[in-house]
Amino acid sequence: MENTILEMQFAIDTFYFLMMGALVMWMAAGFSMLEAGLVRSKNTAEILTKNVGLFAISCTMYMVYGYDVMYGGGVMLEGIEVVAKDATYAAPSDFFFQVVFVATAMSIVSGAVAERMKLFSFFAFAIVFTGIIYPMEGSWTWNGASVFGMYTLGDLGFSDFAGSGIVHMAGAAAALAGVMVLGARKGKYNKDGSSNAIPGANMPLATLGTFILWMGWFGFNGGSVLAMASKESANAVAMVFLNTNAAAAGGVIAALILVKLLWGKADLTMALNGALAGLVAITAGPDTPTALEATLIGAVGGVLVVFSIDILDKVFKIDDPVGAISVHGVVGLWGLLAVPLTNSGVSFSGQLAGAGTIFVWVFGTSMVLWLILKAIMGIRVSDQEESEGVDIAECGLEAYPEFTK
Amino acid sequence: MKMLTAIIKPFKLDDVRDALSEIGVSGITATEVKGFGRQKGHTELYRGAEYTIDFLPKVKLEIAIAADQVDAAISAISGAAKSDDEGKIGDGKIFVTSLEEVVRIRTGETGSVAL
Repeated sequence: MENTILEMQFAIDTFYFLMMGALVMWMAAGFSMLEAGLVRSKNTAEILTKNVGLFAISCTMYMVYGYDVMYGGGVMLEGIEVVAKDATYAAPSDFFFQVVFVATAMSIVSGAVAERMKLFSFFAFAIVFTGIIYPMEGSWTWNGASVFGMYTLGDLGFSDFAGSGIVHMAGAAAALAGVMVLGARKGKYNKDGSSNAIPGANMPLATLGTFILWMGWFGFNGGSVLAMASKESANAVAMVFLNTNAAAAGGVIAALILVKLLWGKADLTMALNGALAGLVAITAGPDTPTALEATLIGAVGGVLVVFSIDILDKVFKIDDPVGAISVHGVVGLWGLLAVPLTNSGVSFSGQLAGAGTIFVWVFGTSMVLWLILKAIMGIRVSDQEESEGVDIAECGLEAYPEFTK
Repeated sequence: MKMLTAIIKPFKLDDVRDALSEIGVSGITATEVKGFGRQKGHTELYRGAEYTIDFLPKVKLEIAIAADQVDAAISAISGAAKSDDEGKIGDGKIFVTSLEEVVRIRTGETGSVAL
């Protein structure tokens, strides 16, 4: 009888884990639609190609090598059963849940470098990022390995429940390095340094993408409880779902009120970024806050993202068409720092050490990689290709061939 | 014979068509165009940055009619295309030009019977 109950627990936890992983996989659709909505129509097919390509590369590279770097289990997962041998779920379900996180981190980069990067240079970056750069910092954090034998983040009081830092800030750090090497889109900045608006082509797609991400995030945070088949874990999952939703709502409301006060209009794109900011902010610790605290953590994220997008654009001349660096990087850092406010087992110094380690590693290695790619194959399309749109230049087809220009 | 070329707001197209049908105008050619007059463009806001739309979408109507219909057609178009009673900048314009010849392709008829 007891054995049957244990097997039932194993089945339920595995089933839960796989379903949550499938929800996170669906976030790839969310990123695709969000980015397709926020770029101009002449660059739509290329950004969609980038998104489907990076997803496949992430899944393959993490299977070939990345998972082994992060958790062990061997190249091509040949010894995967040793990794989660004491867990209440099947070992391949752990791989499946982890691999969709890698793709999420990589998706963050694609939006920031949109409309001007060479497609295959981006794919080359994705191979190294998902095979080595992300798995290294993942092994120091979620797997508890020491950082090049120097220190262990867990001992310093670092905690990142579902990856505000490990996934989101890491993706943003790679994106920031990419944008710095790549430069702004043609026509984004005037000679006097002032910034031009380059409106996205399709607000309904951007909104659909945000809602898909919002839904996928229940898998992202909810699945990170790693179990469902006990009263304790079921309670934890329910609280994580509640807080994840509350933080997104807080982010939208805060961003909407702020842009109305700042500019007098309810800028939809900022409301969408506010939702994502709320979600990123709560991801580092969705299990410990109360519903009110989660709403406030999300709301602070919503405020931060509006100021961050404006300052990165106008002061630092960082051209990020979708706001990925602000949403995932700046707010990811806020998410890490908010954890000690509601979780006494986590320290500010530990969170700062973790954030610093992740950022220095990912930003540094990404910068070197972007510079190498720039020297070897170039990372930017020609001026003429950029003017005509990268759809024709890189993909040879248009997203909307029946529209007249 | 006269050619009327009217530039109107796109959403006034159906009203203008109905008004012209009522006075017996039997054919209209409509084209989607962009342009500006005294209205100039307007500014929109995206992620905190204002940007100017210089050319606003309009509809251009071309109407070939007999000379004695011109006054009725002008008042029909003006009445239907005007924003509320006073009208607003941006409501559009009507250009009247003389029309030398008209040919109906199907029958080869020319002149006012071909209108």
